[in-house]
Amino acid sequence: MSNGNNTLLKVVDLKMHFPIYRGVFQRQVGAVHAVDGVSFDVKRGETLGLVGESGCGKSTTGRTILQLYKPTAGDVHFEDVNLVTLKSEEMRLMRRKMQMIFQDPYASLNPRMTVEQIVGEPLMVHNVAAGAEIHERVAHLLDVVGLNASFADRYPHEFSGGQRQRIGVARALALQPSFIICDEPISALDVSIQAQVVNLLEELQEQFNLTYLFIAHDLSMVRHISKRVAVMYLGVIVELAERDELYHSPLHPYTQALLSAVPIPDPVADAARKRKPLEGDVPSPVNPPSGCRFRTRCPIAEKMCAESRPDFREVSPGHFVACHLAK
Amino acid sequence: MSDLLLEVKGLETQFKTPEGIVRAVNGVSFGLKEGETLGVVGESGCGKSVTMLSVMGLIPSPPGKVTAGEAYYFGQDLLKMSNEEVRHIRGAQIAMIFQDPMTSLNPVLTIGKQLEEPLMLHIGMTKNQARERAAELLGMVGIPNAKDRLNDYPHQYSGGMRQRVMIAMALSCSPQILIADEPTTALDVTIQAQITDLVKRLRDELGMAIIWITHDLGVVAGLAKRVLVMYGGKIIEESEVGDLYANPSHPYTIGLLGSLPRVDEKEHARLFSIEGAPPVLYKKPQACPFAPRCKWAVERCWKENPPLEPVSSEHRVACWVDPKTGRTR
Repeated sequence: MSNGNNTLLKVVDLKMHFPIYRGVFQRQVGAVHAVDGVSFDVKRGETLGLVGESGCGKSTTGRTILQLYKPTAGDVHFEDVNLVTLKSEEMRLMRRKMQMIFQDPYASLNPRMTVEQIVGEPLMVHNVAAGAEIHERVAHLLDVVGLNASFADRYPHEFSGGQRQRIGVARALALQPSFIICDEPISALDVSIQAQVVNLLEELQEQFNLTYLFIAHDLSMVRHISKRVAVMYLGVIVELAERDELYHSPLHPYTQALLSAVPIPDPVADAARKRKPLEGDVPSPVNPPSGCRFRTRCPIAEKMCAESRPDFREVSPGHFVACHLAK
Repeated sequence: MSDLLLEVKGLETQFKTPEGIVRAVNGVSFGLKEGETLGVVGESGCGKSVTMLSVMGLIPSPPGKVTAGEAYYFGQDLLKMSNEEVRHIRGAQIAMIFQDPMTSLNPVLTIGKQLEEPLMLHIGMTKNQARERAAELLGMVGIPNAKDRLNDYPHQYSGGMRQRVMIAMALSCSPQILIADEPTTALDVTIQAQITDLVKRLRDELGMAIIWITHDLGVVAGLAKRVLVMYGGKIIEESEVGDLYANPSHPYTIGLLGSLPRVDEKEHARLFSIEGAPPVLYKKPQACPFAPRCKWAVERCWKENPPLEPVSSEHRVACWVDPKTGRTR
């Protein structure tokens, strides 16, 4: 499926189940099947978009890749090293190459640290720089993300949301990683600020040859920034394809419904398209439906959809779909 | 004048904060026709929610205060009424739904109880009548087994269903006006589509007027007939919906539309971005509030705040410059 040089990250059948404990003896009575068998590749220098509604497991997938949770099963190969088998010290060293940008720029920066301490901390922790060199490197990083280097002594509360997200980006870049997981980096920002941050991410990608896993629920933004897009539903990837292929000819009924639900900022185009509304809500991941996860809301579900779980098959080159009925 | 259901004139609202007085709304005037859907668009802090809360008499005072303006509903000025008088209109004739369905429902009362309350209070129904009507309302907003689910508590409902309950509650007294303050922002896109479809259906069935407040220009495109764009506590553009998207005339509206990626995007280009951040107004603006972020700004923009002037019959804009030609108006 892939040659070793081109693939930066390979996720194989990744599962993350969070146990539920109940009662006096805290017996395990069940598990939240947050991620339940997810496989995909990320190629060097590309942006893979990961979309889905809240609770579908997209953020958990990102965190499990970075081994912030210990996966229940599955493998994560990064540059041909299986991260799942690494000891914690080895993993710590690997994290230099893989960083994360978080959703909430208000919660992900320590309010008691100055910008210099925040952005400089990874340099210190990994013994990459010390003393005056940190000061220089931080000034350079702030410059790269479009902040004035003289802001280094300020605290997070002195910045607006967009500026804080730039600080988060600077921190992620500090160790010169090759891979960054962007976990909904713009959802907490105002519309006019979102474009600033997305443009910055795109510029940095070109400048430093970065690879992104871009997690978001905003399908328009994912379309804008990604080369390939994976759609998640209730812990599994239901469809993965090149961006234009996915948006022009979605094969999975969930992808079709999701795309038709996105409002278009143009009354003419919005009125012209066909809607495929979905009924009901997402079922609980504690006790997901048998067979195909989507069958309870699927407009075309048949008997076999309840009986067996559909394979994640390649229907045309590079276009994968997990549906019995998709052609 | 008489065809306007609600007419707001020169509204100003301020908040006292430790940093000084924040002028959240600075002279907002608009009208709402019977049965019309009006979209109010703007970023956080632009004054869109505060405008509507002021009209409804829901500004917490202190620290907030409506310092000027009139809001006529059937010839009566809502802002001059006593609390008691406003209470009879609010909820019964002008209803409101809020952004967060998780916090707008009382967690210790059943859904049924919360639905019955306005019916008994405003319409004077008996307990049994209210019970029956509550079940009807839940069914109307698309909740299956409505009768049984009246005994459930809010935590037993999902986010989308809670927003449906809020809508049922708002519609319970058949209001003339429904004010919806970002009702779908906290919801997923598929649920958002369900809710907007529901509101469209109910609007056509019941013929009420809707004011839909949002930051999402996409949602408004499919729903509203007329749109107000707000910035810095002012209406900076007002237009019929089609013309707003076809001919945006204020630099801020142009920037906002340009900064949105579209799910039907044709080719990849860098997004247009508006530099800088929205202002916090500690002083009554003497200049155009958008001037610091505007690339078309001329000298006059820094000296005088532009009034809302018509560019065509259904389209008004507050800007000294015509961005299409770059010349002053």
